Amino acid sequence: MTATIERGTATAPVPSTTAAPPAPKPRKRPSGFLGSSTGKKVVMAVTGAIMVGFLVLHMLGNLKIFFGKDSFNEYAHALRTLAEPLLPYRTVLTVLEVILVASVVLHMWAAVSLARRARRARPVKYVAKKSQAGGYVAHIMRWGGVTIALFVVWHLLDLTFGVVNPKGYDSAPADRMIAGFQPGRWWVTLFYLVAVVMVGLHLRHGVWSALQTLGWARGGRRRMLQVLAGALAAVLVLGFLAPPLAITMGFKG
Amino acid sequence: MNLTLKVWRQKGPEDPGRMVTYQVKDVSPDMSFLEMLDVLNERLILEGEDPIAFDHDCREGICGMCGMVINGVPHGEQKATTTCQLHMRHFEDGATITIEPWRAAPFPVIKDLVVDRSAFDRIIQAGGFISVPAGSAPDAHSIPVRKEDADAAFDAATCIGCGACVAACPNGSASLFVAAKITHLSLLPQGQPERLSRAKAMVEQMDAEGFGGCTNTGECTAVCPKGIPLDTIARMNADYLKANAK
Repeated sequence: MTATIERGTATAPVPSTTAAPPAPKPRKRPSGFLGSSTGKKVVMAVTGAIMVGFLVLHMLGNLKIFFGKDSFNEYAHALRTLAEPLLPYRTVLTVLEVILVASVVLHMWAAVSLARRARRARPVKYVAKKSQAGGYVAHIMRWGGVTIALFVVWHLLDLTFGVVNPKGYDSAPADRMIAGFQPGRWWVTLFYLVAVVMVGLHLRHGVWSALQTLGWARGGRRRMLQVLAGALAAVLVLGFLAPPLAITMGFKG
Repeated sequence: MNLTLKVWRQKGPEDPGRMVTYQVKDVSPDMSFLEMLDVLNERLILEGEDPIAFDHDCREGICGMCGMVINGVPHGEQKATTTCQLHMRHFEDGATITIEPWRAAPFPVIKDLVVDRSAFDRIIQAGGFISVPAGSAPDAHSIPVRKEDADAAFDAATCIGCGACVAACPNGSASLFVAAKITHLSLLPQGQPERLSRAKAMVEQMDAEGFGGCTNTGECTAVCPKGIPLDTIARMNADYLKANAK
């Protein structure tokens, strides 16, 4: 004898699911590794690492100004004549510049692509939203990136191409640097300061975040990597701020 | 206790929805958050109004059904606590409380505070299992597991799939949920044969569902009622990268 159990309305399944399991909506499928969110994060991590390497060398180069104009100019010249007898003038530097520009473009592509994906993932915003994680720097990465990108444009026009520099293009690098940060141009130094602090905050989160993306930040290592990221960011900020502040405040010139 | 509630009301998936204010009187501090809503719903039913729909089942913090964003925090500000285990004594008399559903495109609102979390089921179906011959259970000591691995796997396995991580993430990412499931299986011997294909399939399904990418803000782990650590996401990334390198 078979008993038929009538299911009460409280436990009855919702009508739409009784007919057939709802077919998942056709969604635009990501294509391949670089189309995946994790793949884009890896692009961001690797290009970020290249840029951090550049920043460390750039900072060390800047500090040469404290050893005198000649030391700084010689360093700038040496960069252009790297591996000179073997390779033509400016070969190594040009290759490095191409890698750097490619890194910047790919880093921005990944950032924009992930930001758009994030916006699509939350079409309706919260009325009230309260952050529970302490690290506010993680929430200003995108604004920091935009600020840094704008600064880099100004920075190249100022000290590389000399367009907005009092000394112009046909001058020694050290002269452009010292003229660029004279006390009368304090607003340039201020902009520089804001941008460098932004770079520091960007790296405070970015460095350990990149290692997390690559799967290396585990267990006790995370804490250590976060401290190292903070230390690296602090060293870079101080190293980059020392020359312009010294020039603007008149210790150098 | 007397409270002012601002609750998201939405008649169905197509309704744009809006916040509605309710006054709730004589709330006992010993009530759970859901019991407080039950009291309001009983009154709404007596007044001939539509009660507020919300998900709940076990009411003891282990099933993963309940969940709402309370004052801007999934499951409320009490750490490592599901909404059903949150008690009214953590609120002040006369307080105004904002209650919203999980907000994410892959979690469409069905009604009021109820969202459709089938996207999580499809991620599990993509690879969140192990393929073993069925039969009698093997002896517990037949396959040795290191104590550290067993502990970490168990911690990851405590994920109840409530979706608070997605709700808290500024990117609407499901990384913590997917990482917890991947970690739980990848730390145990039984999970090894399908380890890399699992990571690849589950991460791809997560993307296909429309969840955002992880930016390591840590918002997810801060609100997780089970305290799933960020380590799991590093493990997921490592397995996913290995799977793609092959």
